[in-house]
Amino acid sequence: MVDAFRLLGFQHGGWGAALLMAASVTVLLSVLGFALGAVFGGLAAAGRLRNSKVLRFLALGYCTVFRGVPDLLTIYLLYYGGSVALTSLGHSLGGSGFVGVPAFATGTLAIAIISGAYQAEVYRGAYLAIDQGQHDAACALGLNRLQRLRQVIFPQLLRYALPGLGNVWQLVLKDSSLISVIGLVELMRQAQIAAGSTREPFIFYIAAALLYLAIASVTGHAFYRLERKAPWRVRSA
Amino acid sequence: MIDFSFFLEILPKLLAGLPLTMELALTSIVAGFVLAVTLALAQQSESPFVVLPIRGFVAVFRGTPLLVQIFLTYYGLGQFRHQLSAIGLWAVFREPYWCAIIALTLNTTAYGSEILRGAIQSVPRGLVEAARSVGLSTYLTYRHVILPLAFRQALPSYGNEIILMIKGTSLASIVTLMEVTGIAQGLIAQTYRAFEVFICAGAIYLTLNFAIIRALAALEYWMSRHLRHRPSTMSDAAS
Repeated sequence: MVDAFRLLGFQHGGWGAALLMAASVTVLLSVLGFALGAVFGGLAAAGRLRNSKVLRFLALGYCTVFRGVPDLLTIYLLYYGGSVALTSLGHSLGGSGFVGVPAFATGTLAIAIISGAYQAEVYRGAYLAIDQGQHDAACALGLNRLQRLRQVIFPQLLRYALPGLGNVWQLVLKDSSLISVIGLVELMRQAQIAAGSTREPFIFYIAAALLYLAIASVTGHAFYRLERKAPWRVRSA
Repeated sequence: MIDFSFFLEILPKLLAGLPLTMELALTSIVAGFVLAVTLALAQQSESPFVVLPIRGFVAVFRGTPLLVQIFLTYYGLGQFRHQLSAIGLWAVFREPYWCAIIALTLNTTAYGSEILRGAIQSVPRGLVEAARSVGLSTYLTYRHVILPLAFRQALPSYGNEIILMIKGTSLASIVTLMEVTGIAQGLIAQTYRAFEVFICAGAIYLTLNFAIIRALAALEYWMSRHLRHRPSTMSDAAS
């Protein structure tokens, strides 16, 4: 046990600071990926709710593909595909050699694309949960399209979407560990590095698991508070 | 731009990984289901000594990434080689195959038991009381009343969990198992044609998931016979 404290400590030879730094990379990666995913998800949900067949088809295709295909494949696609595209772009500009894509940006994009596919379903469900009378009433008040969306639909949509978004957030947090395969030093990768260099995999993977658990429960509690304690919560009948 | 001969070349290579993907998924889903039912039933107990450890297990396995769980099983427990040898389990934990199956099983057990626990709780109390009042024992009440209704109720959520498990098997490639994603990664690294390999491997997973979704929809249809063609007077009495 003493050994574990020394290995996870903050003094010389301890990995505590490195693990906490890596945990903050995990949080940053997840937050940015989730936020960008909200944009993708919002667009996809809007596409699925449109009358245009083409838009509906594209949005449904996006959601189906990225919810059905393993996240690792998506990550490989972006990483290798992005590197190949960048390298050929470099060659066409007269450069030479291999150009790799930055791992953090690729990871953020991968998480955004994957979580966007899940968030789209949440937003769509939330939109459909809004009573038709709200749309009618907003129209009757003479609000234009943008005003209706901004002042009537969005506030309600967010309330209905919040529980589902909390689930997607938990998914995103755990998915961020997969970004370790493309070499980004987030929590998972840092645990691997420490495990490799000290030959104490058990301690470091347990430590990583506990840190993930801590982040998940703190952020989960924040979502819970938003849902239950906020003054604008949906009143149940 | 799109080269069909390349697709024909990589498709058989990727399909060679499909049996392993399905094996990992099927083993862990079946074993996970049995454990999940057990844990969901055990949580009906009032004793905190039974309920709290299960709650803890569920919270840990739902709150940490599957990748950490696989690494902990494979690399983490590998550290206890001597102790595991002493109890004869080293042969199991030495193999990435079994480690992946153990981690996947425990992961799906945690999610599955929560789904089933919710489903059991959703069975109306009146039905349970009715079953007891006609003289069914606790066992028979579960067997004929609670579980059939709970399984029916759990089916859509459990279906999602099964799809997540199919996707989850891809992580086995990180501990050297060459299932579809592992082979795909190898092909991408060899050929640098990420897009084509993604399309091909993605199509395999989508086909598999689509087949599962259809099979589950058929099962759900079969299990909700009682909800179709129901005389209107009965629906009033039931509600």
